[in-house]
Amino acid sequence: MPHAISPDPVAEDGILPDAPALGGSSNSSQDASQEDSPQSAPANAEKLNLENMFDDDDEDDTEFPSSSIAPPDSDQPTKSSRINDPEIMKAFYQRLFPFRHLFQWLNHSPSPTNDFANREFAFTLQNDAYLRYQSFPTADLLRKQCVSLNPSRFEIGPVYSTNPRDRKTLRKASAFRPLSKELVFDIDMTDYDEIRTCCSGANICNRCWTFITMAIKVVDEALKEDFGFKHVLWVYSGRRGAHAWVCDKRARDMDDAKRRAVAGYLELLKGGDKSGKKVNVRRPLHPHLERSLAILKEHFQDDILSSQDPWADSEASSNLLKLLPFPDLVSALRKKWDSAPGRSSESKWGDIDTIAKTGVGSSDTYFGKRLLEAKQDIVLEYTYPRLDAEVSKKLNHLLKSPFCVHPGTGRVCVPIDTRRVEEFDPLSVPTVTELLAEIDAWNGDEKREADEEAKKMQDWEKTRLKPYVDYFRGFVAALLKEEKNGKRDRDEEGDPMEF
Amino acid sequence: MIRQEALRGDPKRRLGLNHKKKQFEQPQFKQQDYTHRLNFYILPPTLDITLEEFEEWAISRLKVLAELEACAFRNRTPEETASYMQPILAKHLPLAQNSSRSSNLQDERKRDHYSHFILRLAFAATEDLRRRFSRLETQLFKLRFQSDDARERREFVDHLNFEWDKVGEEEKRGLAEELAAVTPFKSKNAGSEEEGWFKVDWEQVPELVEGRKVFLKRGKAYVPVREQTTLVVNEFQRRLDQGLVLTSRALPRLDEDDRLSPILAHLSKSFTAPDAAYSQDSSLSGNDISAANVDALSTHFPACMSHLHSTLRANSHLKHFGRLQYTLFLKGIGLSLPECIAFWRKSFRLITDEKFTKEYLYNIRHAYGDVGGDANRRGRGYTPYSCQKLLTEGMPGPGQTHGCPYRTFSPDNLVGLLQKMGVNDRDLLKTVREDVGRQRYHIACNRVFESAHKNELKKVKDEGTWNAADLDTILHPNTYFKRSFLLKNMGKVQSGDVGMEDPSQ
Ligand SMILES: [Zn+2]
Repeated sequence: MPHAISPDPVAEDGILPDAPALGGSSNSSQDASQEDSPQSAPANAEKLNLENMFDDDDEDDTEFPSSSIAPPDSDQPTKSSRINDPEIMKAFYQRLFPFRHLFQWLNHSPSPTNDFANREFAFTLQNDAYLRYQSFPTADLLRKQCVSLNPSRFEIGPVYSTNPRDRKTLRKASAFRPLSKELVFDIDMTDYDEIRTCCSGANICNRCWTFITMAIKVVDEALKEDFGFKHVLWVYSGRRGAHAWVCDKRARDMDDAKRRAVAGYLELLKGGDKSGKKVNVRRPLHPHLERSLAILKEHFQDDILSSQDPWADSEASSNLLKLLPFPDLVSALRKKWDSAPGRSSESKWGDIDTIAKTGVGSSDTYFGKRLLEAKQDIVLEYTYPRLDAEVSKKLNHLLKSPFCVHPGTGRVCVPIDTRRVEEFDPLSVPTVTELLAEIDAWNGDEKREADEEAKKMQDWEKTRLKPYVDYFRGFVAALLKEEKNGKRDRDEEGDPMEF
Repeated sequence: MIRQEALRGDPKRRLGLNHKKKQFEQPQFKQQDYTHRLNFYILPPTLDITLEEFEEWAISRLKVLAELEACAFRNRTPEETASYMQPILAKHLPLAQNSSRSSNLQDERKRDHYSHFILRLAFAATEDLRRRFSRLETQLFKLRFQSDDARERREFVDHLNFEWDKVGEEEKRGLAEELAAVTPFKSKNAGSEEEGWFKVDWEQVPELVEGRKVFLKRGKAYVPVREQTTLVVNEFQRRLDQGLVLTSRALPRLDEDDRLSPILAHLSKSFTAPDAAYSQDSSLSGNDISAANVDALSTHFPACMSHLHSTLRANSHLKHFGRLQYTLFLKGIGLSLPECIAFWRKSFRLITDEKFTKEYLYNIRHAYGDVGGDANRRGRGYTPYSCQKLLTEGMPGPGQTHGCPYRTFSPDNLVGLLQKMGVNDRDLLKTVREDVGRQRYHIACNRVFESAHKNELKKVKDEGTWNAADLDTILHPNTYFKRSFLLKNMGKVQSGDVGMEDPSQ
């Protein structure tokens, strides 16, 4: 693995003028030791459970199919190769990435704390080396590292009990342990492949993006109404999914058992590809499911039945029949559909009630109730969020940082405003090349030459990134305000953890 | 932790279990009076006991915990566990109700109390042991709590003085619908009208939350009185976990006592986890276990691995948990690291060498202990998964293939899988359906094994060439493989290797 880059060049060019002064013990800069060089980086992962390591690669399993299978001479659009241009990424970190807001988000306070300093960052470099256990005392040092290493993306891990860079010098391995991290969720379109008909693989369109929209609505509501969390940040993953970061202190402090509990509470679809019916819930429905069903029903008619048309052909409609009770009803439906090939899913869905009413089976209330429940289960199977629950269950799981650039699409991983989640269009999210062009266009406009105000503007303010950074800023401000109040309360009460 | 002066001054070498003052509140050098049958084990024992008692009481309790663990292992339901444990508890760790008016009450409770604290010492050293001990002790407590006389149980709970928020009548009426929805219709007087509810932070009852057994509102969980057990049991475990951490910090001082250390070491050794005790013996060294041979060997695989193998062949890919489970199994049958790498490289035929090296190679090497930290290398990587592990892990999500198919497949799909594996006996398939319907997954798997090796098993039994241990219930996929391989290759297998040690024992 060739790498000409020094792992930590910060030491050489000193500290930014606006960075807070550092004591002699600053350890961000003395880390050029061999142990953190990219080749040996994975060996540092012993703290990680092996299962986590197996987790990490799955998004990539199908993420870049074209780059690994496509014949070398194929004349693919060169978009992704342009994004891989190191100069573009470097300019992105220099001019556009909102490091200061990212810092405040993770630091929970305006002045540097261990929440930021002991936080693990992991970089994926342009040569695909993976550099774990990086940490930074300040936003500026993180920024400098990004500019100099120029990673294709970076991930955020937990806050540790000590500085991650010092972990090797500790006498007892147990002194280095993860303390806190946002509760995170990962929703990826791959998990919908068996039910979406419009696209496959890495592709998405606005029709299948609705699956993600529905998932965000249901999960966001449950996190806030049921668990009482207030600070939930949703982020577009850059291609075909979304991440959630629950940032409340109460969420960050959760151990694995509690994370598992939240994931289990939200998880509904059980079983792999071979397990048959995936929704098996008792009645009455749990209030969370009742509310979710009410949200999802709104989407079912348009976004599933007419837009996805999931049971158009006869093979697909036999999947539907498998989910229905009462053999008589099923065979009557099969007969009807066999004689009308090409009947739409919408009509087929309607047929279920029509046929049921015309006397197949009895008209007693038990029959009606069972049928209604089966139909509810089907609605849930086709709309309820499919979470990659493993990501949420582990305190020490790393997740790609907001505002990174997806290396496959060039799109920035921007926050999604849940108040306008329906309007979010992943295909219009700006790419890094577009953003850089927008800065140039703005600067090239002669009228602005003399404008004093304009000179003070940050580069991101001149681009379509602005609304996303503004939203993020607002989110972080609300979080910081609560942290400040919370901290005051805790100080007044005395430390409840001391006994 | 041991009172040296008591020992020195006592010719009978009596032993005091006086925990240090700093650590626990006030030591009481008098017989504790056990008012309640149940014990939260807040106060450590203070009276002297003999070395013999020390060891004997600890071993009795250990037997009970081992049997409890075996119940989970064999997938017994709570009811089955309770009835299975009853005679074992009566024999090794009897604990009568006050109402029994037994004259042994105080002695029984003392033994219970002391043996608990002795095992704390034995199992506080590592996090793994602590976690396991805490899990089993909590199960034991729960078992006893549930079987306790209702009145005595209430008195016990009352004396603990929990501060749980009662839900007022007005709020209860306002939430009637939601509360009814988390009340199983079966329980008669559980209508939210009559039933009492506690309101606690949801973090206090994570397992009720995980199973959606409580109503949640803005961070509070509404726990019905009938689920009080969960609250009490969680509180028991929370305090035990805290206590164990304190004990572990105090342990180094105990090392100086050379009479206790061997006993404690022996106790903790006889409590090694089934997974950790995996040995190389499940492999078939000397036979041709190579990448090229896996297809042929796969006829000896249990359903879980057979499914992974055929999925891999069909898709040229496996998702991460499947990959991990299968890699460890292959390691267990004796596939060397280079052969295992060759196997995966060939199997993932749709990806480039570069991608393979980048994304998969390291994980395979890590599973073998070829890379990773000292602990991983020393332990030769990860242990192949036992049936217990596969049966207690999370269910696979869409697209995933790991786990035990007897548990994760719908009955129809399971039958399809078994038929693909060559199991066609209709009666057998019917019985397997019944087994999995009653969640007896490993029994179903053993049944399939016995049927597939009927003739060979008869032969070794008739000839007396295998002893009973070699024919014990299979509890590990690698045992399944090895036993199958040996039975089908009788006479051909390299000698010196027929010692059938169950990797899970
Ligand atoms: Zn689409």
